Amino acid sequence: MIKRLATTREAMLLAAIVVLIALISTRFGDFATPRNLANVFNDTAPLILLAIGQMIVILTKCIDLSVAATLALTGMVVAMLNTAAPGVPVAVILLIAVALGAALGAVNGFFVWKLSIPPIVVTLGTMTIFRGIIFLISDGAWVNAHEMSAAFKGFPRHVILGLPMLGWIAILAVVLFHVVTTRTPLGRAFFAVGGNPHASVYTGIDVGRTQFWAYVISGALAGLTGYLWVARYAVAYVDIAGGFELDVVAACVIGGVSIAGGSGSVIGALLGALFLGVIKNALPVINISPFWQLAISGSAIIIAIALNARASRVKGRVILKRAEHAA
Amino acid sequence: MPPVLALDGVTKTFPGVRALSEVSLNLYPGEVTALVGENGAGKSTVVKILTGIYQPDGGTIRVDGAAARFPTAQDAAAAGITAIHQETVLFDELSVAENIFLGHAPRGRFGLIDTARMMSAARDILHGIGAEIDPSVRLRDLGIANKHLVAIARALSIDARVVIMDEPTAALSHKEIEELYELVEKLKGQGKAILFISHKFDEIFRIADRYTVFRDGQFVGAGRIAEVSEGDLVKMMVGRPVDQIFPSRSHQAGDEVLQVVGYCHPTEFDDIGFTLRKGEILGFYGLVGAGRSEFMQALFGITEPSKGVTKIDGKVRVIRSPADAVANGIVYVPEDRGKQGAITALPIFQNVTLPSLSRLSRAGFLRLAEEFRLARDYTGRLDLRAASLDTPVGNLSGGNQQKVVIAKWLATQPKIIILDEPTKGIDIGSKAAVHDFMAELAAQGLAVIMVSSEIPEVLGMSDRVIVMREGRIAAELSGAGMTPETLVRHAAGISEVRR
Amino acid sequence: MTTTERHIPDRLTTPLARVLKSWETLLLAVAVAIFIVNSLASPYFLNAWNLSDATFNFTEKGMIALAMALLIVAGEIDLSVASIIALASTAMGAAAQVGAGPAALVLIGLGVGLACGAFNAVLVTVMGLPSIVVTIGTMSLFRGISYIVLGDGVYGGYPAGFDYFGQGYVVWVLSFEFVLFLILAVIYAIVLHKTNFGRAVYAIGNNATGALFSGIRVNRVKFILFLLTGLMSGLAAVCLTSRLGSTRPSIGVGMELEVVTMVVLGGVNILGGSGSIPGVVIAAFVMGLVTFGLGLLNVPGIVMSIFIGALLIGVIALPRLWSMMRRG
Repeated sequence: MIKRLATTREAMLLAAIVVLIALISTRFGDFATPRNLANVFNDTAPLILLAIGQMIVILTKCIDLSVAATLALTGMVVAMLNTAAPGVPVAVILLIAVALGAALGAVNGFFVWKLSIPPIVVTLGTMTIFRGIIFLISDGAWVNAHEMSAAFKGFPRHVILGLPMLGWIAILAVVLFHVVTTRTPLGRAFFAVGGNPHASVYTGIDVGRTQFWAYVISGALAGLTGYLWVARYAVAYVDIAGGFELDVVAACVIGGVSIAGGSGSVIGALLGALFLGVIKNALPVINISPFWQLAISGSAIIIAIALNARASRVKGRVILKRAEHAA
Repeated sequence: MPPVLALDGVTKTFPGVRALSEVSLNLYPGEVTALVGENGAGKSTVVKILTGIYQPDGGTIRVDGAAARFPTAQDAAAAGITAIHQETVLFDELSVAENIFLGHAPRGRFGLIDTARMMSAARDILHGIGAEIDPSVRLRDLGIANKHLVAIARALSIDARVVIMDEPTAALSHKEIEELYELVEKLKGQGKAILFISHKFDEIFRIADRYTVFRDGQFVGAGRIAEVSEGDLVKMMVGRPVDQIFPSRSHQAGDEVLQVVGYCHPTEFDDIGFTLRKGEILGFYGLVGAGRSEFMQALFGITEPSKGVTKIDGKVRVIRSPADAVANGIVYVPEDRGKQGAITALPIFQNVTLPSLSRLSRAGFLRLAEEFRLARDYTGRLDLRAASLDTPVGNLSGGNQQKVVIAKWLATQPKIIILDEPTKGIDIGSKAAVHDFMAELAAQGLAVIMVSSEIPEVLGMSDRVIVMREGRIAAELSGAGMTPETLVRHAAGISEVRR
Repeated sequence: MTTTERHIPDRLTTPLARVLKSWETLLLAVAVAIFIVNSLASPYFLNAWNLSDATFNFTEKGMIALAMALLIVAGEIDLSVASIIALASTAMGAAAQVGAGPAALVLIGLGVGLACGAFNAVLVTVMGLPSIVVTIGTMSLFRGISYIVLGDGVYGGYPAGFDYFGQGYVVWVLSFEFVLFLILAVIYAIVLHKTNFGRAVYAIGNNATGALFSGIRVNRVKFILFLLTGLMSGLAAVCLTSRLGSTRPSIGVGMELEVVTMVVLGGVNILGGSGSIPGVVIAAFVMGLVTFGLGLLNVPGIVMSIFIGALLIGVIALPRLWSMMRRG
């Protein structure tokens, strides 16, 4: 296990992140303090949560471009709920956020499973539909900080052992889904369905149903993040997290998740998200305009897929004996 | 002894096709039953029904005399039926152990997969079939033969009473096939019922105890293998007596048209060189994986050789892409018709004219009337059977699809045609037609290269044979030197001792 | 089948029967219906100038959709088109600040479009990367460069004469953009349906390996298609910038979705292999008419996007739902 880890892409990425942090802290010593690193992690938590869901969807040979819209819609619904009924406890809010997100994910999953519509078409469509629905229910208005209850806003910011709740939830999700993907039949099915859909049928795995559950998980995580996001920034409006789905896909691709399906890991998604998070938090520190962010994550996607492709280049059948020894 | 598994009057219809009509099939414990039939006889459909992929429309399936149904693949497995499929149905990204136990892994606390128990169980099963494979490595790191062993281990990981083997030797080398036979004997000894599907008669007569013959989705006959002759089985399969007769040819080779010198590739083949004359049929024999197709694809410009010169009519030609090859008169009929040979969703006429478009068109604009004329001309010569030239190629039978692919290349008026396993997966009737046509092409002065793994075909059709082994030319044979024994010896590497 | 004379007919169905049963015919009927409903719903609809204004809803997207249709038929996709518009517009804006004339601006817009297309093409065809992720990457990269250059700023001050491309009229109510779109539609229809190149596009979309083995230069064809999509995006950038008269880095954001919707609505299979230019052109009109009609009824833009999203899923889902229900 450890031997396998050391040579993987995850290890390389981890090394890259450490080097990046080290480089920044040689010039700006404050960057690498535990306190600031906890900040960076907490700041990256939403991206980590969504990247885990996206990773699972991509494992099954699909893609979910609607995650940011799901996040925004769920965030708006719970924010409006909080405004209308401030007494509803946070636990119920969390439950509603996860359930609504899962339901929106199930909509995507339904179209992919039952109607075999290409995932990119489905989620491009639901992406705009979900955003439109936010406008319809909110009438284009904002829900501002003073309209939200203190408990609602306080939950993700509650600090335990130096790390806010938001960060802890991300850690919890990483552990939970690492176990789900490596140690449960459903988790193995995600890999099987994306790696070889044809063979999955012969193994008794329902490809469509497995993809459906991947979307439900992705939606549930996006719903959860929707509440956390809205509460943390204490504002909800139509365009929150606009374009965030691209960062999420970027985190996955950088984390070594193969867009062709069947290959990837929760740890990879985590590291991919952290890589982007460190860069994003470093930009203001090293005095580069935040407007560079978009181009940097775009370049990171392109470089990462080029590297992925090189790593997974199909090894041809080696026929010559001589070459077999050389390889 | 009563059968452990019995199909009775089983019927399966697909839109427009009746794949099985009221067939029966009995499998007995400790015995190997060979299921014999031409392509399209319904063998694969039976396998899919027995493994829960398809549901029958009528008839009964009995396990130990009790009626059974298999709505999913897992239900079939629960009933003790397991299959080693024709294509490898495995997962490159999962570990060997996970591949073996996917769908029925041992569970531990909280219902989580018990990795340690899974590993040791996988090791036991692999050991039991004599495979020394580390169950923790990822499948993608294994070679083809080992992958096949994992597939067998997977089939044995459930406590199976019925083991289905769907053309299990198709991708195996000689030695691996022998090992498979031993395994079959072992399974028989354990009292398992084995359904063995194969095209190879020598194999059937060697290991089967019983046979069942299907033809066009119907049951034709069954019995003990000891009480039937090869000729009788063939008769049952095709409904008429057929001896494999190859067209008689008067070999009159003309001028040298192709000269290949020193073709090398870092991993696939090494130092391939030969010459080819007009009107000649040059056979390429070898075991599966000897590098024959890989070399042909390099000659055709798909893969790039690291070294090597191609001379056509004595002049050096550089071929970097199939388009270059076609322009120089070399065409290639690939082994994989569905993927490489035909564009199955496009109509027949568009498939036929695809490589000839630049010649047919005017300034890059299509001329439909010309296209239909060309397609009609060449498909007619090959005796194609289709509803119309506008029918998608995918709607045709394998034999007719092959005719479309050959017509496509003949329409380019090539000098050299390479046919890679030209009769693989084609029914016996179409096979003879393809053989006749090859002979006719050679008689018209075309130079033909035929890659084939069927010894009768190689010997029956070729003027000369090149045998390849492990990426190199092992021998070039002609005349009296072309015997089944020499082919097998050179292909398997036994000849080295002699020198 | 008689064995004595085996004559295979060229075709079983007549071309007319095919046209009548086609997706395009259905779509045309929808377009006519929308036209009638709109003219009944609003008194302002049936007015030559209003209708002419309505064409601006789809002309720029339509130009890109023509090239995108070929790309999708060939089994690839380009999600970076709207970002190419942003980058091309930013380049034109920067050039305008230093006094470039209209002709130079057009050349710069087209040139940047071509360059972006070439960048995508190299990544997909030379490096063999999947186009969907490549163009998600370049989607961020191209627009990201615009943000680096412009930040939250804006370029204006385009020279006199440059406004013709987005605001000029060729004759009467026929705008330059509309006429250009129609001409391009004819050219693309001929290229896809009447040339060797078009046939190669279909062959590649159905089976790229088979096409390669049939002697088609697959990567060359794909390269050209990405170039064309980039070029059309550059052209759309010229028209859109000229029409708006200013450039922000957010210009045309989300337009890739509408372009893809237009192509899919037009009957192009998102998985490649089939589709037609007439279908895409009719789809452009349908989307333009709907947007215009809803606009007359004062429906806000974001609500229209619900409609577009639903349309995208609906056109694929409804026929499948229908056949599922018929099977029971």
